[in-house]
Amino acid sequence: MSGRGGNPLWRFAGVRPAAALFFAYLYLPIVILIVLSFNANRTVTIWTGLTTDWYVEVLSNGDILRAARNSLIVAFSATFIATVAGTLAALGMARGRFRGEAAVNGVMGLPLVVPEIVTAVATLLFFILVGIKLGLLTVIIGHTVFCTPFAYLPIRARLEGMDPSLREAASDLYADAWRAFRRVTLPLLWPGILSGALLAFIISLDDFVITYFVAGAGATTLPVYIFGMIRIGVTPEVNALSSLMLLVSILFVSLSFLVQRQR
Amino acid sequence: MLAALRRSQLAQRTALLAPSLAIIGGFMVLPLILMAYVSILEKGTHGGVEWGTYSAEAYIKFLFERDLMGSLSVNADYLQIFLRSFVLSGVTVLLALAIGFPTALYIALQDDRWYRNLLVFMVTIPFWTNLLVRNYAWIILLRNNGLIDNAAAWLGLTQEPIDVLYTPFAIGVGLTYSFLPFMVLPIYASLEKLDLRLVEAAFDLGADRRRALARIVVPLALPGIIAGCILVFVPCLGAYVTPELLGGSKSLMIGNLIQNQFGAARNWPFGAALGFALLAIVLLAMMAYALRFRRAPGGGT
Repeated sequence: MSGRGGNPLWRFAGVRPAAALFFAYLYLPIVILIVLSFNANRTVTIWTGLTTDWYVEVLSNGDILRAARNSLIVAFSATFIATVAGTLAALGMARGRFRGEAAVNGVMGLPLVVPEIVTAVATLLFFILVGIKLGLLTVIIGHTVFCTPFAYLPIRARLEGMDPSLREAASDLYADAWRAFRRVTLPLLWPGILSGALLAFIISLDDFVITYFVAGAGATTLPVYIFGMIRIGVTPEVNALSSLMLLVSILFVSLSFLVQRQR
Repeated sequence: MLAALRRSQLAQRTALLAPSLAIIGGFMVLPLILMAYVSILEKGTHGGVEWGTYSAEAYIKFLFERDLMGSLSVNADYLQIFLRSFVLSGVTVLLALAIGFPTALYIALQDDRWYRNLLVFMVTIPFWTNLLVRNYAWIILLRNNGLIDNAAAWLGLTQEPIDVLYTPFAIGVGLTYSFLPFMVLPIYASLEKLDLRLVEAAFDLGADRRRALARIVVPLALPGIIAGCILVFVPCLGAYVTPELLGGSKSLMIGNLIQNQFGAARNWPFGAALGFALLAIVLLAMMAYALRFRRAPGGGT
């Protein structure tokens, strides 16, 4: 790596202000939303003083707590199933190349490339035509589908970066396949699994479009509830609830990345 | 002996891959096929579909409308929505490229590995936060009597309310905001691998900055740039949340039109046909990219 003066790309002026603009554009709206959630004034935009009343109000609202409960049930279930399936798939893909590998890769990546609205419509039609009643179960199924690649990818990356000689050493020391897996592969894989699970959890917790389509009347999740609130108008309660959602997401992603970087 | 070993390996691999493939195959691939099938069925009189009666009506409806006598005439209503969706997505891609490319370059230029990773992480964070909430933040900013309106009036820049919310402009701002990170990451990935000696050689050979950029940097970063453009264009085209919150009823996009077919309009075959058309566009874009660059976008990250 050469020093700053040495890198010929530095000659491109305007790179730094553009990057500054980029990060301001990306973060200012989020920061403003969070700041305004502490505003005592009901009109939201006129600042009159600091308060945490809106948070108290949000956390004592029965409907919001029910929606939060639904969100957690869905996120935990979908994350669990997706992480187990994703771990197994990553292990299956790690055993050398095989015919049909590209096709399997394509299927695993499908939930990431198909626009959400298309997935939502197709899933809704499927549930109606197959005759599964819309509710928490259909939401869990829908979430498990798009959580699977998010859980799978970090685990797969972790496996790929793993030194195969460690496993071979275990075999040389007369560990059978199961023991080698339990005592060598799994402990090394653990950060990948945890990181994938965290990402799957956050993606599930934040999902709106697919949930909105396949949730029945009793299966309102937090984002669906927030959507209903936003439609009525800008209120301090929405700001507080939105800020909470943002902070939870940021916390989980940070955790996931910290775990992933562990050796 | 060897054959038996190979067979057991195959069985093991199949067993390991089966759960994931069953989940995505059963609850995504199958529904997508079903959606394509529904799109060629006849619409039921009270919503739903008529099984076994096939019809291309849903696709004809893209461009034509049928009057009471059954004769067709051109109907530009939907065409306008498609056009708006494509134009807004295109503009978003250009905006994202204009801000995203220099940003990716800036990140790639950092010598400090730790700082570089921090910046990349900061680019990814918004992706993991709630899309609904992030678009909602723009309502606060853009609405009349909102933050920008008040600030402009206070500075004496405007006398009237700005009337920006619920316009295509607001959608453009929201879409760019929503999908900007998708532009930066792939471009950064290809810039990071760039051999700096080539750029140095260009300068040594008397190239000015613009020539070095046009002849060396951009061509070498092209796979990343194209991947970024596809990754921004695709979710824009299928956007639902942004036009729903920031666009209002006069600037619908394809996503809202699809949702409407399962809500008020109750025309499943038409909704399915729109969904299928969207899916086809996406898959074609992906295939074209894979053929050109031999790697699926995002496959390396």
